[in-house]
Parts: sequence; C-alpha cells; structure tokens
Amino acid sequence: MAIFEFRMPDVGEGIAEAELVEWLVAVGDAVQVDEPVAEVMTDKATIELPSLVAGKVSWLGGSPGDRIAIGAPLIRFQVDGPGTVTSESTPPELAPEPASAPPELAPEPATPAPSIGDSTLHKGARASSDAPVVPVPASAGSSHPVGRPIASPAVRRRALESGIDLRLVRGTGPVGRIGHVDLDRCIDCGAPAAGISTVANTAVTDVRVIGLRRMIAERMSLAKAHIPHITYVEEVDVTEVERLRQSLNNRHSVEQPKLTLLPFLVCALVRAIAEHPELNAHFDDDAGVVHQYGGVHVGIATQTLKGLVVPVLRHAEARDIWSCAEEIKRLADVAKEGKLDRGDLSGSTITITSLGALGGLITTPIINYPEVAVIGVNKMQIRPVWDGNNFIPRNMMNLSSGFDHRIIDGWNAASFVRRIKALLEQPASMFIEGA
Amino acid sequence: MTHTTCSVLIVGAGPGGYAAAIRAGQLGLETIVVESAQSGGTCLNIGCIPSKALIHAADVYASVVRSASDNGELGIHSENPRIDLATTMAWKDGIVRRLSTGVDHLLAKAGVQRIQGWARFLDGKTVAVDTSDPDAPRTIRANHVILANGSRPVELDDLPFGERVISSTEALVLTAVPERLVVVGGGYIGLELGTAFSKFGAEVTLVEASEQLLPSFDAEIVRPVARRAELLGISVLTGTVVTGMAASGAAVNIKAGDGSTAELPADRVLVTAGRAPLLEDWGLEELDLKRNDSFVRIDERCRTSMSGVFAVGDLTGEPMLAHRAIAQGRLAAEVIAGKRRAWDKVSVPAVVFTDPEIVSVGMNPEQAREAGIDTLEGRFPYTASGRALSMADTDGFVRAVARADDHLVVGLQGVGAGIAELSAPFALALEMGARLEDLADTIHAHPTRSEALHEAAMHALGMALHL
Repeated sequence: MAIFEFRMPDVGEGIAEAELVEWLVAVGDAVQVDEPVAEVMTDKATIELPSLVAGKVSWLGGSPGDRIAIGAPLIRFQVDGPGTVTSESTPPELAPEPASAPPELAPEPATPAPSIGDSTLHKGARASSDAPVVPVPASAGSSHPVGRPIASPAVRRRALESGIDLRLVRGTGPVGRIGHVDLDRCIDCGAPAAGISTVANTAVTDVRVIGLRRMIAERMSLAKAHIPHITYVEEVDVTEVERLRQSLNNRHSVEQPKLTLLPFLVCALVRAIAEHPELNAHFDDDAGVVHQYGGVHVGIATQTLKGLVVPVLRHAEARDIWSCAEEIKRLADVAKEGKLDRGDLSGSTITITSLGALGGLITTPIINYPEVAVIGVNKMQIRPVWDGNNFIPRNMMNLSSGFDHRIIDGWNAASFVRRIKALLEQPASMFIEGA
Repeated sequence: MTHTTCSVLIVGAGPGGYAAAIRAGQLGLETIVVESAQSGGTCLNIGCIPSKALIHAADVYASVVRSASDNGELGIHSENPRIDLATTMAWKDGIVRRLSTGVDHLLAKAGVQRIQGWARFLDGKTVAVDTSDPDAPRTIRANHVILANGSRPVELDDLPFGERVISSTEALVLTAVPERLVVVGGGYIGLELGTAFSKFGAEVTLVEASEQLLPSFDAEIVRPVARRAELLGISVLTGTVVTGMAASGAAVNIKAGDGSTAELPADRVLVTAGRAPLLEDWGLEELDLKRNDSFVRIDERCRTSMSGVFAVGDLTGEPMLAHRAIAQGRLAAEVIAGKRRAWDKVSVPAVVFTDPEIVSVGMNPEQAREAGIDTLEGRFPYTASGRALSMADTDGFVRAVARADDHLVVGLQGVGAGIAELSAPFALALEMGARLEDLADTIHAHPTRSEALHEAAMHALGMALHL
C-alpha cells in the first residue's frame, strides 16, 4: 500500500504560509476524493482543503494554530494506487518560528503577486478572497523603451522613492524629458507639476531623529504597525466631579496635594477595570497570550521639553485619591526635571493621555504597546445640555479612547468607557463599595 | 550545527546571486549564500571570463601568424609561431581563480556567510543543504529567499554530450587544439568559440539551422562578422541541421535545407544550441512557482508568485546575461531591505566578442519600425575613421536609431574591433533619454573609435562631417 503525501497548496494569494485552523479528519479516518480534510486560514479567508485522493489518513502535519509553509507536507494517506513517497519517513523536524518579517525590515505594501491557485481550492472560501487583480508590469528583465516617461536613472529612482508616478509629471526638458527640476516642483506641490506659477521654496532641513525622539518614533511605529486600533469617543458631564474637586481643594490642608481631575479619572479607571479586567492587560502577540494584571499600573503620558514620556503610577488599585494625586504630582515634577528612572517609566498596564487645556475635541490616541487600551482626555468646556425642558450650561469633556481591536471588541470598549463616564458623572459612587 | 536561520538566503553565487548577497550584506541583512562550485557562476568560471581570455589569446596568436605569413605589412616579422594551448589554459585558469577568490573576499567583506554545498528546497522558506563541510548547517530557514540557480548548456537529443561531443564548458578546458571542430549552433557562444579555435589553427565548420549566423541580430550588423569568418577560413553552413553522429563515430550527419545530406568529419563537436534555466534537482517542485515558459516568472521587483521568494538571473528569462543578473540581484536585495525599487531599465546592452565585436543597445531599425516608430537612422563606417585605419582594422560601423519627430535615441548598435567598450556610452545615452543632438553636440575625443557614435548621430541629423 502506497503513501500519498498532500502538501500545503499555494492557495493563490501570494502567501508563504497558512495557519492550520482545524483538522477535519483524524489519523485512521477513511477519506474520499474531494472530502474536506483541513481548514486553513490566510489573512484573507478561511479555506477548506479537499482531499485529492481516496485513502486512509496515516499522518497529520501539525496542530491547529501552527503556521505551515506552502509546499510543506500537510497530511499523508495510505492509498491503493501509486503514492508519492516510498517510505513513510517523517519530515525533518524544524523549530517552529514566528512567521513575521524581521522588524528591521519594512516590507512594501502588499501588492499580491498575481498567482491564482487551483480554483477548486476556493470553493470553501468563507470570507472574500477576491484579491484585486493587479496588472503585471514589465517583469524585471524585459524592457521596452517606447511609451515610457523619459527620465534619467537618477530621476527615476528619486521619483520611485518619493512615490511619484512619472507618467503624471510634465517634463520641461527636450523631448519632454523629466529632470530633477520638474520633480522638485512636483514634490513641493504634492501634486504632478502642471502650470505652477508661484516660486517654489525648495529648501530642505534635515533633522536627525535621535535619542528620545527616535525612541518615541520606534514605539509609535511598533504600536501602529502591530495593533489594529479602534477609537471610541464618549462625552462626559464633569460638572459634579469638578464641583467635588474644587470643594476638596478649598478645604485642603498644607500636607495634602492640590487635586486635579486626573486622580479622579484614575480612581474611576480602577473601579471600571475591576469589572472589565480584560482592559488592564498586555497582549504578547508573538506568544498569542494576553496577560491580565491584578495591579493597575497607570501610564500617564507627560509632555517634557524633549518629548513625550510615560511615567507610571504604580498600584493605583491600592491608593486613595490623595495618594494618587501625590504620586502623579511627584512623577510630573521628576519628568519635567528629566530625572525619571527606569522604574518610573516601565510596567504600565493601561495609559492615560491628556493634552490638558489644549485637549481638543477628539483625539485618536495610540496604544502604549503591548497594552490594550489608552484613555485620552479632551478639553473641558461649558456646553449647553438639554435636560428635557431647557438647555442648561454643563461642564462637559470628551474621552477619546483607543483599544486593541484584536483583543477588545467594540462592545467591551463601549461598556468600559460608559462605566467610567457613569462613575465620573456620579463621583460619590466612586467611593462607595458596591455602587 | 544542523539547523540555522537567516534573513536572506541566496541559492547560487553567480553574478545574480553574489551581487544580491553583497548588497544584502551591505544593507545589514543576515545573509547566507549556498554555492556548490566556485563563486562566480557560469560567467566567471565557464562562460564570459574564460572565453574572453581564450579569445584574447587567439587574437594575439592570429596577428602573430599573420605577420609571419604576409611578411608583415606593419613591418613586423615573426617566424614559426606556435600555440601551446595547455599553457594558455593555465593562464586562463589563473584569471578565473583570481576573480573567484575575489568574489569570496567581497562576500566576506559584506558579512555574508558562504556555504559550500547544494541547496534543495523543502518548502518556500526552508532548504536542506548537501555539504561535505562538517561545520555547515544541514537545514536553513530564511525569511526571504533569492533563487539564483542559473542555467546550463542545452543538450541535443541527437548529440548527447560525451568524449567527442562537448559543450562550451569542456571547450574552455581543452588542452590541445582539435584538428577538425564542428560547431553546432551559430549563436554568439558558437561563433565566439568557433572563431577562437579557428585562430588557434583548427579547421572549423559552423552549422546553423536558421538562414543567418547570430539570428538574434539584424543582417546588417552580422555581415562584417560573417565576412571575417569567411576570411578566417571558417566554413559556415546556414539553413543546415545536424541529425546525429555518423556510424563511424568520427563525423556528424548534416542535412541541408534542400534535403541533401552529408557527413562532416569531426574530432570534436561543440554543441552551442543555447542555454536553459536550471530547474532540476533543487526542489523547484516543492515551490510550485508560476512560470513563463520554462523560466521562473517574476514581477518588476524580482518577486516570484510565492511571497518572500525572489528570483534573478538566467532562471528568470532572456536575455541570459551576467549584467542583467547583477542588476536584478542588487534590486532584489534592496526590495527585501524595504527600499522602493522597480525594474525600470530602458535597455539591457548586448555585446558579442566575435571578430569584429558587436554591441547592441535598444531597438534596431526593424524593431523600431515594428513598434510603429517613424525613424531617423545614421551610420558611420570605420573605413572613414582615422583611428580604425591606424589600427589596421576598418571593418564595421556604428548605427544610431532615433524617433523622427523628436530625435529621441531609441537604439544604438555597432560592429567593429573593440566596440564592446562602446556599450557604456550607448547604454548611458538610452537611459538618460538622449536626443540625437545630445550625441552630436558632445565633443568626442579624436582620434578614437568612439567618434563613430558622434558621426552616426550627425549623419542621422543630416550633417555628417566626415562622410
């Protein structure tokens, strides 16, 4: 009895590997031709792979969740007819590896290589797998000088790097040749040059991205590249909490720090997290694990002269409002002096970002990777609010919050923010157990 | 060590592979190149370089022989010149060794790990390496793969390679000049080697199935080469095919276009029927890549149909030329490093080291007409060149092809002694989008052979000075 080896087929989206979602057969099962044997997932679709032969399953190449390279052995059958391998040797064991590209590389935006797989493989596609049909430009080897924009290699390279389609650039040289000057005009105006009358400022100032700025740039890129953000904006009536804050400040003693709105928000956050622990977490996407933390360590995005830093208010769940206020003030002071140490800057589990009085109406904050939520505080202002009978002036403020949509569904995000809103609007409830 | 990983894995250290490897290394990518033979590929070891060395030796020998036979019109006399091909080959081997070692040095300098062995794909990201190096990994897993496996000489069913029937590879290591050499295939490889062996003293017969030598070039360009071949005593049989070895084993059977057959005695039969991409024994079947005929299909970024798998060089199609492979290798490495690059070349220059040499860049007049271009053409023959006369070789000409309306140069070709060197200004003119006026208004140094370019452009514009 021969062995037929079924390899992971090229499912036709220019991918190198696919994730095994589920085995639809087990070792020992008898399988008919075209019977689905496995479900695999590409980034576009979940696809059922039909068996190419009738036979008995003798070996399965992996467990659900494994990413299997195209062409790697997937499943083996004992068949009556001719097989593909003579002996049932197991394939070489290779250490499984994360499939992501190395972080130092910035792959080009994915224009799928135009490869259409065996159409039968698409029968089970549940999601849209209508990959856009990309016209195939001249392959790297053939060439045809006619009908292309005329430009020197240096101009062509610069256009490519600047994302400019030379076909749209008017060349002012002989034969309509496009020169660097034509490209300059194009780059300055952000549009293909055509009838530009003003004198362009062609100055370029190079600012090296180093130190804290470089670190911020890396962190932001990391977060934006890894995390599909969902932003949720809610309006909060802060009239009551402001009244409470001012009354406490008016009575405050010398030892007690002056209260800002921030400690109240932290207290509300701690209460809301108690009901939504999934928001106080790190998502280790390499390992595929979410670490939910008991302690609430609140990162507080703080502007310094050199740039943005995020000192951490540790164990907010174990602090009262005064202790929170005191620690927030200490962190702010140390940050402004530029003397934060590593301990102050690491280990946050959720982050608050506020532009204070600048605040704006709405922001789309970026999550502090690998956290899963960031709460953005917008500007407080008096707005007319309809109370059912009249417009009354109320102190209103928006919370613009970002969530990792891989982990946090819109419903969870909304419930969480609504809970914070409720606590801030009824500030007494923050301090009453069971409220 | 049994298993290792890297960012970029390159299979083959020929011009495409080593260029990709060096560039990837320069860009800071962890790069491994696997090669089973010496670095440098076909070009350096069994192609361009050794053949050019032999052609040079043959030219020098031929001029010495000429001065011995015609009592030297230049006033140079020599007596009883002879060729010691074994010594010539040893000299040639030294050049090859030096260049191949140089490639290894460049790879090391770029931080590239070179593994001596044969790579075979297990899947789109993993290769097994068959190697005798105990320290080399047995499997390699890479984020990106560049296929640079190259090509091999085509073997004819009727003339399998053996002792007497050889490919260019064996012709380049012959240590004795065959008395009677039959070259099957009148393309550039056959003509280059056939001419060299003719100059070494072999009685050469060239058999070409089509009606013209060098069928990929136009008749006007080929004419001076065909004439010179005749003068050298090479017997050229066009429109003729070889049907196999004669029963005696010491001759080939040929069949002419009119159906007549004959036997050609041959001590060696050099088969130069083209080259084919190397598709066997390295696991191509595991990758299931889309093809263009027998070639691996790539896009303008050298990407194959499988994500993360790139291909460069002869594997990817015509023209199978080292300089195209080098440009592709460089491009693939930069694309992998995240740079925005695309193949946007106006031309891939072609040079042939026949006697005289041929260079062609862009379109010839016929190709331009086929593309619907109304053309201006200009020519300058070397008979009118002072430099050519002073070098005692006035065969050939330079030809410029431009659009009639705006004078954009769309092609430059030439045939003549040493003209391969003009590939640089020819290619530069096309890439820069030169008009005929750009060439005509650039001062070309006198007396040089490159003046022919200047004059051809002026001729196309109707203002030739020296015609």
